[in-house]
Amino acid sequence: MNVTLKIWRQQNAQTKGKFKTYPLRDVSPEMSFLEMLDYLNMQLIEKGEEPVAFEHDCREGICGTCGLYINGRPHGPMRNTTTCELHMREFKHGEVIYIEPWRARAFPVLKDLIVDRSSFERIMHAAGFISTNTGSAPEANSTPVSKIIADKAFDAAVCIGCGACVAACKNSSAMLYAAAKVAQYAMIPQGKVEAKERVDKMVRQMDAEGFGFCSNTYGCEFDCPKGISADFIALMNREFFSSRVCGHKQK
Amino acid sequence: MQKLNAKIPEGPLAEKWSRYKAGLRLVSPANKKKLEIIVVGTGLAGASAASALGELGYKVKAFCFQDSPRRAHSVAAQGGINAAKNYKNDNDSIYRLFFDTIKGGDYRAREANVYRAAEVSNLVIDHFSALGVPFARDYGGSLDTRSFGGVQVSRTFYAKGQTGQQCLLGAYSSLNRQVAKGNVKMFPRRDMLDLVITEGRARGIITRNLVSGELERHSAHAVVLATGGYGTVFYLSTLGLGSNASAAWSAHKKGALFANPSFIQIHPTSIPVLNDYQCKLTLMSESLRNDGRVWVPKEKGDKRHPTEIPEDERDYYLERRYPAFGNLVPRDVASRAAKERCDAGYGAGDSGLSVYLDFKDAIEAQGKKAIQDKYGNLFEMYEKITGINPYTQPMRIYPAGHYTMGGLWVDYNLMTTIPGLFAIGESNFSDHGANRLGANSLMQCSGDGYFILPNTISDYLADDIRTGKIPTDQQPFQEAEEAVKEKIQKIMAIGGTRSATSFHKKLGKIMWDHCGMRRDAEGLRKGKEMLNELEEEFWKDLRIPGSDKEINQELEKALKVADFFEVGRLMCEDAIQREESCGAHFREEHQTETGEARRDDKNFAYVAAWEYKGHREKPEVHKEPLHFENVEIKERSYK
Repeated sequence: MNVTLKIWRQQNAQTKGKFKTYPLRDVSPEMSFLEMLDYLNMQLIEKGEEPVAFEHDCREGICGTCGLYINGRPHGPMRNTTTCELHMREFKHGEVIYIEPWRARAFPVLKDLIVDRSSFERIMHAAGFISTNTGSAPEANSTPVSKIIADKAFDAAVCIGCGACVAACKNSSAMLYAAAKVAQYAMIPQGKVEAKERVDKMVRQMDAEGFGFCSNTYGCEFDCPKGISADFIALMNREFFSSRVCGHKQK
Repeated sequence: MQKLNAKIPEGPLAEKWSRYKAGLRLVSPANKKKLEIIVVGTGLAGASAASALGELGYKVKAFCFQDSPRRAHSVAAQGGINAAKNYKNDNDSIYRLFFDTIKGGDYRAREANVYRAAEVSNLVIDHFSALGVPFARDYGGSLDTRSFGGVQVSRTFYAKGQTGQQCLLGAYSSLNRQVAKGNVKMFPRRDMLDLVITEGRARGIITRNLVSGELERHSAHAVVLATGGYGTVFYLSTLGLGSNASAAWSAHKKGALFANPSFIQIHPTSIPVLNDYQCKLTLMSESLRNDGRVWVPKEKGDKRHPTEIPEDERDYYLERRYPAFGNLVPRDVASRAAKERCDAGYGAGDSGLSVYLDFKDAIEAQGKKAIQDKYGNLFEMYEKITGINPYTQPMRIYPAGHYTMGGLWVDYNLMTTIPGLFAIGESNFSDHGANRLGANSLMQCSGDGYFILPNTISDYLADDIRTGKIPTDQQPFQEAEEAVKEKIQKIMAIGGTRSATSFHKKLGKIMWDHCGMRRDAEGLRKGKEMLNELEEEFWKDLRIPGSDKEINQELEKALKVADFFEVGRLMCEDAIQREESCGAHFREEHQTETGEARRDDKNFAYVAAWEYKGHREKPEVHKEPLHFENVEIKERSYK
């Protein structure tokens, strides 16, 4: 099949970018979306042009490195699918495909389709952990966790930190990303002890990074490749509110 | 010949570590904050080491090539993590975990190291649980376990099919806590390109900032490599595409011996190569072989649709060859058997390079719902990639390069032959012998990082409390940076016509054909020659567009491929030298009448540790004899 690609090209964070058109012939429907880009890049290199820079690593949907805004949707048209899991059989012969980086103030473009997601890191540095030292843990089964709660915590913990939730949100909000971590720890006994301080610090950091407020449109949930529920945002809001009321906020 | 001293402590096996640990020297809290440690790699081994060292009060600098430590390829481990908790009351114990690992490794691992890994495994589970890792649980709230290949107990802790992700995110959270405290400084988007040695000790690294292209000097009192395996030498593998050998290889070139490089695990159940543009093989968990039956058509070149091939025209070759274990033979055996059928012309699919993994009988016997409950996510993953629904027709699978048992040689302290350079996790060689058992890699990585290295490295650093900060303007730093700069200039200046990937693909094919699942002396020698030829072409015809002073992914790839030529040659060398078959290393010349591996314990019960002698120079082998005092060496049979 043949497709026409409209790809965002941008030399670095300082320069302005623009769309460039690349007609691509003989694309196999069996190719993954990223293999299709590899195929394009191979041709560009042979022509002596600079290949399109995009990030990827595991290519099996778990590392969270890849993330392209494809035809106006983070990770493209399929639900519960990362860009690397998307295949060309989902596109039609002759289709025009727009490929952009994540668009958010807190994710500046580094080159072409690569963005800087270090703002996500700093939210985790703020308090995305349970404060326990190596060697100080009690015997694992001495802290029982109900299966229902453990499974729910797992559902929140599957976040791969790709940033699709931010890209999907009109306000570029990172609520789903932060909420997944806050909820995972707030639900289990190990994480409850410092739950109030945690939510307070993480929300503050999120705001400081320039992520917007929740738009309440559930776009994040819809486009999350791991299907993380926006219910966790409600849980985070409740935690945050109670941390305020209970006087746990940072001095 | 350099004498290898593994520093294995005296005393009974079960007491070695506790006795030895009690004798290790300490560094006082006041001095720890004056000592710096570099940790390269932030997978499960690196992240756990960096956080544990930070907790102790050392000043840690942690490096990764990804944009975040959370993306290291430990994240993709599926099945689980082993520990000797004996929660199922099935008579498991530290000794049994030790024994299974030694046997699974085909008696080519060090007893003392393996026992210690088994010993600390229980602490790892306690720690992850405290860190909030959402392991699977029973209704009573206690941790659940499941069984895995090669063992008869249920000791594998898991978080659905994403145990690696959840353990890595646990280690990542503990790392983040130390970043917040200022004990760990993170350096993401950095490739380590050289090791710096001053006065005989590892004191720093040279990195390339992958965003700005700048070369940077970083110094420390000790350097820890947690840089994973080199399975991408095959180009197509189950690894992440960024995984590479270069950091470990730069250490090898600076004097660190490299042990058993040819021991690479080929995983039997991966989605096969579907097209020419494929760059990655996705694993389908080993657990599928519990219910799936492996077969090929009885007729050579039978191209009928698998559902049209009647029962009596199918060859369930694993059940036929290994009636006792059937479809559940260990990974090395299953992989070789699949290759044998495909090479003989019975393979499925257009390429003839795949076999069927069929759930028809299991679905008939247990119902679709039961199969869905067990493997639903894997079936979905398979359908996403192939577009084929495995509930209605068999999966196609083929073996793929997966895990490297070989790696940098380390002593009992996890220190390489370069003083002050440590290697942990998959980057060292020590615990898995010639074949790794499922769910043992997460166990080893976190044990090394959280509970072993912090003790042994303190003993080493006890000599350094008066050293002071290591300046980076010393000559060895300048020289190392200069050498890296030259290499980059040389590679950028080639100005040829072909991409780094096109060379990597060819290199991978050479390695797969000549140093893969089955090897023979002639093929290995030929493979080495082909690598030489391809390397020459590489240095003549490579093209890297763009500049080295910015993000340049082609340059990153090319630097890795340049090292893989050398890694590949050493693998061949090691495989030629080992005139026996053991674990994942199968030599055609050394097999039984029925085509099974023939081990030679009399002549080859040793670790082959290679010394680098220069580019294209013949490396020198040093042998560390393996002594088995606590297990009886037996033949592995699955018939």
